[in-house]
Amino acid sequence: MELSHPPAIRRLHANQPSAVARPPVTKGPRVTTIPQRHNRVQTLVIERMAVQQWSVSYGGNPAVRDVSLPIRQGEVLALIGPSGCGKTTLLRSLNRLTELTPNATSAGWISLDGVDISTLEPTALRRRVTMVFQQPNPFPMSIFDNVAYVLREQASRRPRRAALKAAVNDALARAGLLDEVAGNLDHPALRLSGGQQQRLCIARALAANPEVLLLDEPCSALDPQSTRVIEELIVRLREEVAVVIVTHNLQQASRIADHVAFMYLGELVEYGTARTVFERARQERTREYVSGVFG
Amino acid sequence: MSTLGTIAPGPPVNGRRGSSSMAMRSASWRVTDRIGLGIAWLLGLIFCAICAAIVLFLLIEGLRFIRPSMLVTNPRAGFTQSQTGGFLGPMIGTVIVALIAIGMAGPLGVAIGVWLAEFGRPRAMARIAESTIEMLAGAPTVVLALFGVLLFESEPLGFLSVTNSNGVVFGKSFFAAGTILALVALPLVVTTVREGLQAIPDHVREASYALGKTRIATTRRILLPAIRPSVITGTMLGVGRVVGDTAIILLLLGDTPLQGVGSAPLLSTLRGTGSTLTSYIYNNAPTGELNQPNKAYAAAFVLLAIVLTLNVLVDVSGRRARERRWS
Repeated sequence: MELSHPPAIRRLHANQPSAVARPPVTKGPRVTTIPQRHNRVQTLVIERMAVQQWSVSYGGNPAVRDVSLPIRQGEVLALIGPSGCGKTTLLRSLNRLTELTPNATSAGWISLDGVDISTLEPTALRRRVTMVFQQPNPFPMSIFDNVAYVLREQASRRPRRAALKAAVNDALARAGLLDEVAGNLDHPALRLSGGQQQRLCIARALAANPEVLLLDEPCSALDPQSTRVIEELIVRLREEVAVVIVTHNLQQASRIADHVAFMYLGELVEYGTARTVFERARQERTREYVSGVFG
Repeated sequence: MSTLGTIAPGPPVNGRRGSSSMAMRSASWRVTDRIGLGIAWLLGLIFCAICAAIVLFLLIEGLRFIRPSMLVTNPRAGFTQSQTGGFLGPMIGTVIVALIAIGMAGPLGVAIGVWLAEFGRPRAMARIAESTIEMLAGAPTVVLALFGVLLFESEPLGFLSVTNSNGVVFGKSFFAAGTILALVALPLVVTTVREGLQAIPDHVREASYALGKTRIATTRRILLPAIRPSVITGTMLGVGRVVGDTAIILLLLGDTPLQGVGSAPLLSTLRGTGSTLTSYIYNNAPTGELNQPNKAYAAAFVLLAIVLTLNVLVDVSGRRARERRWS
């Protein structure tokens, strides 16, 4: 179903008037400047998904309320906010994983390339909008089979290993893991280190050639070195896929995100470029959160 | 360093507390707690001593009487224990019974375990299945054996055993014994499979769904391979119970030499009767009909060796499974 009358996206950019009255400027907490990403190379930006007045509730308790925002290829969108603010629920809505929770109900529209995702087959949608989780969770099989998993059974006949080899190597290379595991593709994936496991999960998510990559706090279980490697990877990936990342780590958001959405109590408080949100946020709540007053 | 030291002194390098924390050292506990700890230790040691005594007694007695020839000869009629042969037949019987029972309980148990843990709908049916499994686990095997007798002596199932010229169904066969023994092994397989599945974090399943896989594909490609160690453990525990059971063997197999029924190669064995190590021990025990304690001890040694080996294998496979896990 194409949306005949798509509802207007609530504009919350810095240069546009906000729907919410701007609070009087008080002597609030000092906003500390967070280091920004060094090379802000401009990439071609294409809008892939649009979230429009989206709400989700679990058994009557609203988790996400009336959120609207665009998701674009060529940039990284970071969802930030305190625990329980609905950012993970919003992320899981994008590939309809919320539907696996029995008591979840939702309202609003989410479109992928102009098509309402509720009209798509969930399995087909999830191959186009893949996801990486907080905990590295490779499947209990070899490295090769982990990446090939998504490619198998997609066709009616199971493809042979040789036919998959190129695609698997490509996905591993895009996730920056190929050089490290090239000789050991048959080793069990659970023997890899935590950071390698997480990059394997990214490779697994990329193998399907998705349009959107969802990352749910992908670095929170990793050491700083692995985190850095994955952050660089995410920045590189935004040219090929639209990247949405949920993170608790504000430094991380400022390092890798082009746009930032700040959520609080299920509502989208502020959406804007990373610089705007971290340095010149219009909402009091956002300023307090990014400066560490609460959260 | 020195300023830090004044704020937070490091742990004492030497001294009475040593490397372990104070709470872990029973020397600092209250008297009642220390008495409790002492009793717990004592009971634990007594329990271990009893188990060790049984195993050691049987091992020593068995080693005294076992002869290599016993493992390769069948029981024979004779007046002295040196004339009555060995227990090759009962050993083969044990293997046959275990194979039949686990061949049935294995796949069925995995299927039930997966259904209970992953699907479990409709709820009411899952709950009934759960309590059935629990009841089965608690049922005395002789009761199950009695049920088996009723079942396999019935006319429609007569083809599974011998029917004599008067049309009376004999009801004793390897198939009958194996089927009822499968009910003994089933709860163990179901329980271990369920526990294995419950130990897999939900985000692993979701990772598969998030790649566009269905629940069936996830179960088949991710969950079943992941619980392979649990399946092996459950199967081995089941085999341990099956080879050690006596009541079902006595009522549904008897204690005869191996004899096939009919001419079809596999079917004749299934329909035929024989004996197992447990029935052999039962009849040769000092209180049994044959009263050949030497043979009983030797056979008990073999049975114990089988069961202990299985337990060690379960332990090893469980340990290897724990090595590779998600956090």
